[in-house]
Amino acid sequence: MIEVRDVTKIYKVKGKEIVGVKNVSLSIDKGEIFGIVGYSGAGKSSLLRCLNLLEKPTSGDILIDGVSITTLGKKELREERLKIGMIFQHFYLISAKTVLENIAFALKAAGKSKDEIIRKTLELLKMVGLENQKDQYPSQLSGGQKQRVGIARALANDPKVLLCDEATSALDPNTTKSILSLLKSINKKLGITIVLISHEMEVVKEICHRMAVMQDGEIIELGDVYNIFANPEKELTKTFISSVIQMDLPEPLLKNRKGTVIKIQFKGAIAEEAVVSELFQNFQVKGNILHGKIEYIQETPLGIFIMELIGDETEVKRAITYIESRIENLEVVKKVA
Amino acid sequence: MLDPIFTILPDLNKAFFETLYMVAISLGVSLIVGLPLGVILFVTDKGLLFENVLVKQTAGIIVNLIRSVPFIILLVALLPLTQLITGTTIGPTAASVSLSVAAIPFFARLVETSLREIDKGVIEAAVAVGATPWMIIREVLLPEAKPGIVQAITVTAISLLGYSAMAGIVGGGGIGDFAIRFGYYRYDNTIMITTVVLLIVIVQLMQVIGDGVAKAVNKR
Repeated sequence: MIEVRDVTKIYKVKGKEIVGVKNVSLSIDKGEIFGIVGYSGAGKSSLLRCLNLLEKPTSGDILIDGVSITTLGKKELREERLKIGMIFQHFYLISAKTVLENIAFALKAAGKSKDEIIRKTLELLKMVGLENQKDQYPSQLSGGQKQRVGIARALANDPKVLLCDEATSALDPNTTKSILSLLKSINKKLGITIVLISHEMEVVKEICHRMAVMQDGEIIELGDVYNIFANPEKELTKTFISSVIQMDLPEPLLKNRKGTVIKIQFKGAIAEEAVVSELFQNFQVKGNILHGKIEYIQETPLGIFIMELIGDETEVKRAITYIESRIENLEVVKKVA
Repeated sequence: MLDPIFTILPDLNKAFFETLYMVAISLGVSLIVGLPLGVILFVTDKGLLFENVLVKQTAGIIVNLIRSVPFIILLVALLPLTQLITGTTIGPTAASVSLSVAAIPFFARLVETSLREIDKGVIEAAVAVGATPWMIIREVLLPEAKPGIVQAITVTAISLLGYSAMAGIVGGGGIGDFAIRFGYYRYDNTIMITTVVLLIVIVQLMQVIGDGVAKAVNKR
């Protein structure tokens, strides 16, 4: 659906060259929600803006549905943009136009007839739940409502792709949730491909199927959201994940433990099996759960437990070997002295 | 004491309408020419819809050139042009030519400034939607800058009122001319004060109306 081929974007600022995006290649499938995370300045925004050519890549190519958009003429590019919706962190609505007129603007850009514009605008307003606000001006709306208008405007011309530039970063947690679930339902209902960038891992965890982590203009990790959450490879990725799944024990608590402290992670179906209770049945060890959590990522459980195993040293070792045979991820946090 | 005022009332009345006439014509012309010029100055800037260094600089230089000539000199220097356009160099119609020429670049710069205040993101969002540049100018830039443009019209109108007083120098007529001839040259303070008060009232009125309209069109 979207093919990014070796894209590099270099900015010239006061004679200096600043690399925004460095040799990024990426392929995004039709109908998926793809997330790009990274700190500000990592190049994720530049990359996203290359996808509808708000920024022209310095080199490389971008194909959308097989069409190379970097070589399009002005008119063709405008027509292509009708099929790529975009929403922004700060909404960017026309403040002098009502909600209705803001959405109608996008339809006018596509040259739709008056009747068509009215029909479609009302349909969009209904979809984003703003029928009662249609004659209000953006300044009269809340942040969440503004973003809904942004979404309606972006979807006006039935695009194939929706680009979200930090779409929820200016919103409070509750509003973020409702916007994310709206995006999710749009993705399901319309089958539209969504590419979003965020510095919040929570957003990615909530709705993305696949994700990429960016640092210094490059993609350093890419894959299924669940797998990345379960087995992050890069330090930065781990940092991002720990912002969502806090599993660190307070240092004094860890110090006072007499037994061996292990951290185990259950993936998918095994999280629903009774590994822990089998452990205590089969081995002469006592367990003490210090911390535990089951996260649901894309409706698949990911369980993480930190527990202390107390007992005879060899028995503890055997127990650990047993767990390792059942699950992939075990980390000994503290060994008995 | 008020007698001199009554005796000059017909003249004052004539002068008042001459001033209105001059300001109205030159304001009209400066809107028609200055608004597009202001838009051109803005959209040809770097990174904008019609980025064009040549047009931007040419327009910028012409605007600055006219703006740096003191109006009193412009008034005299443009007499041949005035003769060409109106067939005369005397009277309010003739004075309107110089007034328009002075007001166009002034208003254009004010329009440019109010366009600059629009968040670039709003323009970008319109580009991302797939709108044509023409549509963006008409439906995004102008509506978004409307409060600023209304203020610019007010400021231009008030400046024109001030400039129109100088038009008396070349026999342009109007309140300013009247104040100089009757009040200044004849040392008639009553008439001078009357005309000044009249001018103050007009300026106040323009400002109040301008502010009111600007507030009404501001949806931010």
